[in-house]
Amino acid sequence: MLLREGLIGVLGRFGHETVAAVGDADALRDAVSAYEPDIVVTDVRMPPGFQDEGLRAAVALRAERPRLPVLVLSQYVQRSYAAELLDTGDGTGVGYLLKDRVGQVEQFVEGLVSVAEGGTVVDPEVVRQLLRRRRDPLEKLTPREREVLALVAEGKSNAAVAGELVVSEAAVGKHIGNILGKLDLPPADGTHRRVLAVLAYLRG
Amino acid sequence: MPPQPIWTELQQRRYLKSSAPWRGCTYLLGGALLGAATLVVGLALTAVGAALTLVLIGIPLLTALPLTGIPLAALERRRMLLVDPTPAPTPHRTPEAPGIPAWCRLRLREQATWRELAYAVLFALVLWPLDLLVLACTVAFPVLLVAAPAHLAAAGGPGNDIRPAKLWLVDAYPAACATALLGLVLLLLLAHPLGAYSAARAAFARLLLAPRDAELAAGLAEVTRSRARLVDAFEAERRRIERDLHDGAQQRLVALTMSLGLARLDADPDSPLARQLAAAHDEAGRVLTELRELIRGIHPQVLADYGLSAAIEDVADRCALPVETAGVRLPRLPETVESAGYFAVREALANVGKHSGATRVHLTAAHTEGRLRIVVRDDGRGGADPARGTGLTGLADRLAVLDGTLAVTSPPGGPTILSVEIPCEAETEAEAEMEAGA
Repeated sequence: MLLREGLIGVLGRFGHETVAAVGDADALRDAVSAYEPDIVVTDVRMPPGFQDEGLRAAVALRAERPRLPVLVLSQYVQRSYAAELLDTGDGTGVGYLLKDRVGQVEQFVEGLVSVAEGGTVVDPEVVRQLLRRRRDPLEKLTPREREVLALVAEGKSNAAVAGELVVSEAAVGKHIGNILGKLDLPPADGTHRRVLAVLAYLRG
Repeated sequence: MPPQPIWTELQQRRYLKSSAPWRGCTYLLGGALLGAATLVVGLALTAVGAALTLVLIGIPLLTALPLTGIPLAALERRRMLLVDPTPAPTPHRTPEAPGIPAWCRLRLREQATWRELAYAVLFALVLWPLDLLVLACTVAFPVLLVAAPAHLAAAGGPGNDIRPAKLWLVDAYPAACATALLGLVLLLLLAHPLGAYSAARAAFARLLLAPRDAELAAGLAEVTRSRARLVDAFEAERRRIERDLHDGAQQRLVALTMSLGLARLDADPDSPLARQLAAAHDEAGRVLTELRELIRGIHPQVLADYGLSAAIEDVADRCALPVETAGVRLPRLPETVESAGYFAVREALANVGKHSGATRVHLTAAHTEGRLRIVVRDDGRGGADPARGTGLTGLADRLAVLDGTLAVTSPPGGPTILSVEIPCEAETEAEAEMEAGA
């Protein structure tokens, strides 16, 4: 409730309009039919059961409308939730973020816009967990390449990665080429395709 | 030396010097007095009940009559300790609801109540006269003979006739002393039958009044059930706390960080206000992170949503060491089992991280033949002692409630293998590839 009010405030501050704010999964479904929004933002937990109704609703919505961008906020990072979301549609126009991230209002709205435009945004925490898991093949990568990989998996563009690591965009491109080669991933164009390839690799 | 059962003492040479004959004598004397009293009270109650039946008040009184064996039996169980100090606990169960009606209903249904009543009837009609008879033969009669000289003196000295125990005439001290000697010999000889009778008598009472195996088992089952209820209550409480924190404090904190984030946007970037806002914002973020970890420790949401497989993968993800899980594929199990399994894995991995010096951990979990089996094996230095530290003991207690077991083998030099087994039935079929990341 409190969170919803806050979110509407944040979105309004950045010039986005909230067409409907609802309290449970059924109301969410009705609101989507009524307003055809550009993006749906939902919490994993929702009334009445406070289990994972929000996630279930998001997955159901994506099954009906694979093109509908959905951003799911979670109390804490859970790979299973992220995996289930990324498996909806073709994995584009999906976001899975830790609820804490909404406090970083600018980055949060950036991510939200990216999802609305068909991007894939996964919380850095998920990426960190995935990286920790797939230790063996990742040992082939240099530390720098691993850093690049983490940022790519978060959905950052080459330019953004370059900015973060303070290197040239060309250097980033070269790192990415090396990474994809070492991990036997097909070279992909478009940021979110690449993100998906990397995430698929990390999950598999 | 604590008192031995009379039966044991009887078989030893020092029987006559031990306390056993005295105890047997006391037991029988008490039995005779108590039995006579029981007869009087029982007859009185029956008579009053029967008389009052005419005015209907007697009917509940007569219904309550079977229960009169209960206090007598309690007393008898204490008395039999004189003969054999082996404890005789009550065979009755504790009523589940308070109040006299619940108590009466339970007691009237218990077999023990009716055994006790049978004992009371036997006691009042047969046993106490028998106790008295044995006492008379083995104690009173020889004592009367022993008392012959005193008897003679009291009767006025030699020349007067006395008849000790109404048997023969004695009128002089030599004869009286011979009689006393005979009495003494008889007293010592009869001490053995006295002991034997009191031992048999107490054994018979024990047979009827002590709990049977089934009643002991019922008591044990009740204890186990109450422990299980306790664990369930703890579990429910953890979940409630987790929900309260999630719905309350956490939401407010997120809202707070949002407000602070917005405030930062509005503040002049170079002003002291912006710096203070930034510090407050960061601090709120750190509190949020801490709170998130705290909530996860209380009760992980993933356990409720996806079950033990995903929860185990999740703990493995968070472990500082690489954990090989080889893909856990468990069906959904009862909530208490999933929870116990989860905390077992968490505790095991925490211990590995803290103490073992291991570099790798191998974890397997499977549900086969109605048992959940979890094995955590590390390549550390071993020497883990389950008795040290409360973590593993707490874990074992938690598993014991579910009839589960915890085994730790940890020879010096390693490896340490911790295995957990819990009998349980699956609530769903084993999931298919539910989680691509597993």
